[in-house]
Amino acid sequence: MPVTAGRLLSARRAPPRLRLLDRVLARPSLVPVVGLAVVVLLFGVRTPGLLTAGGLAGVLDVAALLGIGAVAVGLLLAGGHVDLSIGTLAVSSAVLTGALVGVGEWGVWPALLASLAAALALGFLNGWLVVRTGLPSFLVTLATALVLQGATLAGLPLAAGAPRVSGLDEAPGWGAAAALFGSTAEVGGAVFRVSLLWWAVLTVGAGWLLWRTRFGNQVLAIGGARRAARELGVPVRRTTLTLFTLTAAAGWLLGTLTLVPVASVAATPALATAIDFVVVAVIGGCLITGGHGSMAGAAVGALLYSVARRGVELSGWDPRWSQALLGVLLLVALVVGGAVRSRLRAAPRS
Amino acid sequence: MSTPPPVLELRGLTVRFGSVAALHRVGVTLDGGRITCVLGENGSGKSTLVSVLSGLTPHDEGDLLLDGVAVRFVSPRAARAAGIATVWQDLAVAPLLSVWRNLVLGAEPTRGRWPLRRLDAEAARGTTVRALERVGVTGVDPDQPVNSLRAGERQSLAIARALHFGARALVLDEPTAPMTIAQQTLVGQAVLRARAEGLAVVLVTHNPRYAHLVGDRYLLLARGQVAGDLTRADVDADDLTRLMAGGEELTALTTRLRELHPELGER
Repeated sequence: MPVTAGRLLSARRAPPRLRLLDRVLARPSLVPVVGLAVVVLLFGVRTPGLLTAGGLAGVLDVAALLGIGAVAVGLLLAGGHVDLSIGTLAVSSAVLTGALVGVGEWGVWPALLASLAAALALGFLNGWLVVRTGLPSFLVTLATALVLQGATLAGLPLAAGAPRVSGLDEAPGWGAAAALFGSTAEVGGAVFRVSLLWWAVLTVGAGWLLWRTRFGNQVLAIGGARRAARELGVPVRRTTLTLFTLTAAAGWLLGTLTLVPVASVAATPALATAIDFVVVAVIGGCLITGGHGSMAGAAVGALLYSVARRGVELSGWDPRWSQALLGVLLLVALVVGGAVRSRLRAAPRS
Repeated sequence: MSTPPPVLELRGLTVRFGSVAALHRVGVTLDGGRITCVLGENGSGKSTLVSVLSGLTPHDEGDLLLDGVAVRFVSPRAARAAGIATVWQDLAVAPLLSVWRNLVLGAEPTRGRWPLRRLDAEAARGTTVRALERVGVTGVDPDQPVNSLRAGERQSLAIARALHFGARALVLDEPTAPMTIAQQTLVGQAVLRARAEGLAVVLVTHNPRYAHLVGDRYLLLARGQVAGDLTRADVDADDLTRLMAGGEELTALTTRLRELHPELGER
């Protein structure tokens, strides 16, 4: 058979099937979309109640809070760090707000601002410890989360005489705070919360910040190639500090969004919530090794998580099964993430 | 008419890491339009010299003069703003980011006002294409990830970036791993072009014949001190090979081996 130039060229090219696989694997955000389609089909058939307006409101209620946390953690993951203290911080800042209003008899707004300042300070401390010690942020934030959780669980009964503070809606300034963090809207017979709006705004904002600004470009560089970033004069320390402070602000928002609708707050352990955020962000396509992140993917991941959880609940199964399902999804996401990285590494070199 | 001051001058420059002096009272002038090759063993202070010139490591004592004015760079950003750009040994690329994001990394063009200030991606893509064309690379999509580039193209990217941002001086730290002829040619073209444009070029290389080919001056470092400051007239390629291979130590090693194994003879 004569060998033509065309034949040689086509022989050198990878087979088309492999290239399609490459393309799929180059998009880690495909995992949550496929996963979401699967769980919606699965539970939509089993429990039709999930696909009604009421079912949707229930799903979105869970998804909004998860999504806010996942966006913050996803941004941090893109920068090569992780924050396990955000769930605890949410509870602690809500408890602080509640204690200041209920026990200290502060106005709602001064209390909210004070707890925001405390949250920002803690985020800054997290970042400072990570930058200063060079220890993995996983360990540093685990430590601060434990300190915070212990202090909150033990501190609130000391200050308030009970593990719960309620009746916060009688404080001055409550109306505006309730409108901003606790209002609801009725659409199609179901009640949707304002936290949805916060989630949407934060997802779009964080996506813009990560992919369309100088700060975002530097976050991606720090997460993917810290040494290169330093060599090119990217302010690694400042950017890391900013990231941790932003995450803490998201933690405060989460706490406020759970406090305001019920006008009360209880000191509960919440270390596991932070793990949920990490899981959702990773399923959504944020590389755990840093350097790449998708905020839209994190949002889809949050939807996936909440559909699975509500679906399992509505099916009448033990709700703990949803954790097992999530674990499987996380494994898939990690394997795909790893495949993406190794595939990109294995690009031909001359 | 007085002669203009050299682009860069080091006077009694000392850098300490803890109590160890990585550079000790180093003095050298780096003129525009000249290629200075820095030679020395591992641990002789070559990398420290590169990181001082690039602003990564601030110096502890002595002076670093840029156009005759003492400066102290607090970050590589400051050095680059002053027109000193570096091609790092590891090329300093973020593999998961696109070519244009890598090219402008640390000096990203923006548009709009705060808080809506955003990356000017179009300008950055244009800059990338032009900068790559300058080093003879065409056909690279600025949006493709650096991961998908071949090793030579990555090197071109690093060089293109340095030539784009380096208005006064170019610092080139060659990788210790041997390079292919194509890669070495790329580096050679870059330093010769920079010299032609009047930049002060600092080349850290491990290839003596190549250093002899392109270099104008040779700065020898040993244990953080200047062991020799030679011009092209002082040395030939064989001298450089000897000096770079470890100089005295290699001679000592040869003598010792010959003593132990007379069968080696005069090879």
